[in-house]
Order: sequence, then C-alpha cells, then structure tokens
Amino acid sequence: MMSSNSANNLLDEALGFNDECGGGGGGLLLLIEDRVETSGAFILHHLIKRRLSSPNRPNDVVVFLSFAHPFSHYDRILRKMGCNLGVQKENKRFVYYDMLNLNYPDGEKGAEDLLLSVYGKIQKTVELCSSREGYKNSTIMIDDISLMEVALCGSSNLVLDFLHYCYSLATQFDCLVIILNHEDVYSTVDVPSPLLQMEYLANIVIKAEPLATGLATDVHGQLTVLNKGICQGSGCSKSKIRNFHFRVKENCVEYFYPGSRT
Amino acid sequence: MAAEAISRALRDGALEGEHAPALTIKDSIHAPLGAFVFDHILAQLSSNISSSKSQAQGIVLVAFARSPQFYAELLKSKANDAASLKKWLRIVDCYTDPLGWKSQLAESGIVSNRSTQNATTASLCKNARDLDMLFSSIVELGKEVIRETKGRFAVAIDSVSEILRHASISSAASLLSNLRSHDQVACLFWLFHSDLHEMKASSALEYISSMVACVEPISNTTNGKGMNSENLPLIEQNLGRGKFSVRFKRRNGRIRLMSEELHTEQMGINFVPAFEDYVTSQSLVPKVQFSLQLSEKERNDRAKVVLPFEHQGDGKPIQIYDGRRSVSESKTENKETNAEKMHVNEDSGRGEIIYIRDSDDEMPDSDEDPDDDLDI
Repeated sequence: MMSSNSANNLLDEALGFNDECGGGGGGLLLLIEDRVETSGAFILHHLIKRRLSSPNRPNDVVVFLSFAHPFSHYDRILRKMGCNLGVQKENKRFVYYDMLNLNYPDGEKGAEDLLLSVYGKIQKTVELCSSREGYKNSTIMIDDISLMEVALCGSSNLVLDFLHYCYSLATQFDCLVIILNHEDVYSTVDVPSPLLQMEYLANIVIKAEPLATGLATDVHGQLTVLNKGICQGSGCSKSKIRNFHFRVKENCVEYFYPGSRT
Repeated sequence: MAAEAISRALRDGALEGEHAPALTIKDSIHAPLGAFVFDHILAQLSSNISSSKSQAQGIVLVAFARSPQFYAELLKSKANDAASLKKWLRIVDCYTDPLGWKSQLAESGIVSNRSTQNATTASLCKNARDLDMLFSSIVELGKEVIRETKGRFAVAIDSVSEILRHASISSAASLLSNLRSHDQVACLFWLFHSDLHEMKASSALEYISSMVACVEPISNTTNGKGMNSENLPLIEQNLGRGKFSVRFKRRNGRIRLMSEELHTEQMGINFVPAFEDYVTSQSLVPKVQFSLQLSEKERNDRAKVVLPFEHQGDGKPIQIYDGRRSVSESKTENKETNAEKMHVNEDSGRGEIIYIRDSDDEMPDSDEDPDDDLDI
C-alpha cells in the first residue's frame, strides 16, 4: 500500500513518471476521466504538487485554467498536502487563469476569439519559461473540459481545436498537458462523443470509476491507467494498462492493488 | 497477404481512363492501430517511389494528426535521407496552425513567430476549413514532385476524421472524389476513426474507396464497462494486436475479401496470416442443404473423365483451340459452332468429328473471373 506522499506510488509508476525528475513526459497529453461517484480531482491535485515540488526542476511552471473552482479552493487543498500555492503563484511558478469570471461573448465567433486570446497568453507564458536557464518542462492543466465546453456555447469543436493547439505547443516546447473531463456527462448524447476524440488524442488516459461491486468504506474506487507510450517517427514503446484501487484521505491518497490491503 | 496486396495496388497506380485506386483505413478506440497501418503503407509506398518502382513519382502527405517532423523522422528511419525526401515528398502541414491562430497572434506581436519547420518540405495550411484551398495546395505540391508532363503523384491524408471536424461530409467526400479523379493522381489513401462519425459518413467514405482496410479488436471485451482485472489482459492485447480485414472492390464490381492479423512492434507493425483464416473462408460458403463443393474423391473422378469427342482422338494429344484457323477449316465455316468443328471426309464416306477444346478445365465458380481483364 502506497500513499501519495511516498517517493513513487502506484499512480506515478503507472504514469511512467520518474521520481528523480519529479514528473516527466514532455510532449504528452494526459486525460483524466471521472464520474459523479468517483471524482478525479484528487489526481489533478497530486499532479500539481508533483510538478511544483521537485527540487530538480526549479524553473518549471504550471499553467492552470480553472473553469470549476476559485483559486482559494486549490490553495486550501494543496496546503493540506504540503504545497503553498500562494507562494508558487507569487514566484510565477503557478500561473492561474480564472476562467470562471470572464465575460463570455455570445456566439461561436466571439467564443473563438476569446479562446484565441487565452491560447495566446498560454503560449507566451510557455515561451518565456522555455527561454529561462534550467528549464525542463511546463505543465498546462485544465479543470475541467465539460465546463469549458459550456462556457464556449456548447461548442465541443472549439474545445477540441484548443486542445489540438495545446498539444502542438506541448510537442514544440516539451510540455505536459493535463485535462480533466467527466465521462458521464456525455453518456446520453446520440452523436459520437467528443470524449472519444480526446481519448484518441491523449497519450495517457486515467479513468476513475467506482468498484464493480459498488460502494465500500475502505475503498473509494478504482483507477485504470492506459499509457500508450511514446510514439516517435523512429519507433514506439509498448502500450501498458494498469488497474488499482484508491482511498482518498484527508491529506493524501492511498493506492493499492485489489486484495493487498491489510 | 492483404497488406502486400494493398501495397501492390497503390504501387501500380491508376489505369488510363480510370479513377485512381483509393484506400480507406479505419479503426476504432478498441483497436486504435490505424495509425500504425497508415505509417506502414506510407513507408511501403515511399520505398517504391524512391526506387522508381511505382507509378507515383512522389507523395503529397496531408498531416493533421501528427507533425511534419514526425513523418520526416519516420521516413528517415526507413532508410531515406533528407536529400532524397526533398525530391519526392511534400507535406501539407495542417497540424501546426490549422486555424491560423498562431499566425494571428504572431502578427499582433503577442507571441514570437518561431517557425517549427526544420528540414521538412512542409507547406503550412492556416485554414483547414477551406477544402477548396486544401485541394489546390495538394495539386500544386503534387506538380512539384512529378518529373514529366504525364507523371503522377500519390496523396496520403493522415486523418479524415480531423477534416470532418472542420467540414461537412459532403465537402470531404467531394475533396476525395476530386483527388481520385484527377489525372495526375496515381493513388490515394487516408485514415479515419469509424467510431467518431455517424454511419452515413463512414459509408460515404467507403463508397469512394476501391479498398477498405478495417482494424478490429483481436479479443472481445466488455467495452470498458465494469473494468476489472479479468478484462485488462484482453484490453492490453487489443492495444498491440488486431484483426486486419481488407475488402477489394474490382472494376467489374466483384468484391474480394482478405484478412490477417497485425502485431505492433517497436519499429512498426508486422502482418501474419490469421489463425482463423481457414475457418473464415469456409464460413463464406452459404450454409444450404446441398453440397456446393467437391470432395477429394469427386475431384479425382472428375479429372479422369474423358470428354465425349476426345476419346475419338486415336491416341493423338488433346489440343486446345488457340483462336487461329487453318486454311482448310475456313472452307467449312458455315458448319462451325463456337466450340466444335465438323469436317466431312469425302474420301472415307463416313462422318468424323474433330473436336478441339477451347479452354483448359476450370473449376466451377472459381474466384478468377476470365473476363476480368476485358476493357469493356
């Protein structure tokens, strides 16, 4: 049984993140899918801490687009995990974009222009970071995609366009893009789900689901991590899939294989 | 083998007066190996082009899903050097800035205008929604790689699914049709993810194609519902192996089906005969209450049958009519049928039938259509 405070837990191993680098994998898109019964927000919080806390990566930056919660929400949660987001924000290592209180224009054209300006800010931040000495990786996080779609007049196409641009930025500047989306939001839609598009685009897909056996007090759900590996022109690494259970505690999360909990 | 048959068809290209062969590669999220197949086909065709074995003298690659650099690395890893690539490869880059956002931001000074293109021969597309402009770009780049006036080029589109995000199915179908009927296009192929589109879009694309290659899961899983440790090995297996079924549409309308398995490896993919190949071919014979095929004994007995007029040959070897007439035979032309000649021997006073068979023995319902090569 491993907690998220230990050096390398099951989640980090499944993601292929090397503890020495405090996270790794530039040029990748990581998709977190959750449900009403099993929120995947804890994975976002864990990854924020991992990307900001590594001593080997003092100049790396996390660019955070929040459509779901105000800054104070994340600050409170990360403090309990031992990470001071306020200080990181002042040091320009945690760049927080409040998308909740923006004035969203009517119509898809207005929404596209707004998205263009947000993308411009992200690219500028990443370019600035990459020019600093000792730069390793940046991280772009979006919480969450379904609310982003709502904000953009329901245009899943615009969201996909934005993700495509973030992905191409990631491959150019060796960034990691992390997005959270809700699987059950799309389940009643007749047309092919935009979530499928994102699954095709993503290099790593983490699904947070309830147990097949239902609710339990000691186990809050299961994570399935599909790591497609890196595919470059000269060759591809093998895809791997891992499944394990988790329990969310006050200040950390425990990950364990089924049946290994004593 | 199916994959080899595809490569041959694309290598051979278009016949005069015919549309270019067109291949659809389709996959789904449960067997997401279509991109591997695309890369394999691209590498094979590139190899034929660089060694001048194909009708196409170059390739125009339309890159939506992966960067031009990815493809340049891919082809370099298959023993092509950069100088050689420049001669016959052109890339329409719909990956870097498909909607012109980066250009707009650079023009307004918000971001730097850092070019991502290095040694690739990529032409930047800033408006993936305009398929007319895309068509013009493809044709223009194609003309750069052909060496003679009547030369042809191949076209590869790495994601028609991306095109369909920006344009309607009718516009996309029109683009592909126009390319297929262009007299300088030797062949074209594209990839799309069938589960991202409605059935009518998939059907429209398949109708335009002369070959449809479908990648399906090797194992049936429960589609991710109730994820558990029992499903995982099957799901993981489907990420590395798949069923590869190809449907070839011949000019005369007949359909030929081939299937095999594909396995992903570090340097690409490998095709192997399907374990159930025999079973599949047997299952194509309709299940009826009478026998449609010959048993071994029946085949042997049939081979021993001497045809009615041939046993009068007096030991002479059985001849097969090759279409040439002798001078004496032309005098009895009025009495001839298609397969027999009647010759009256005036000296002997009795009739004689000289029978020359018009073709070798052929199994009924054989796969090969003898009229297949007719240019009707």
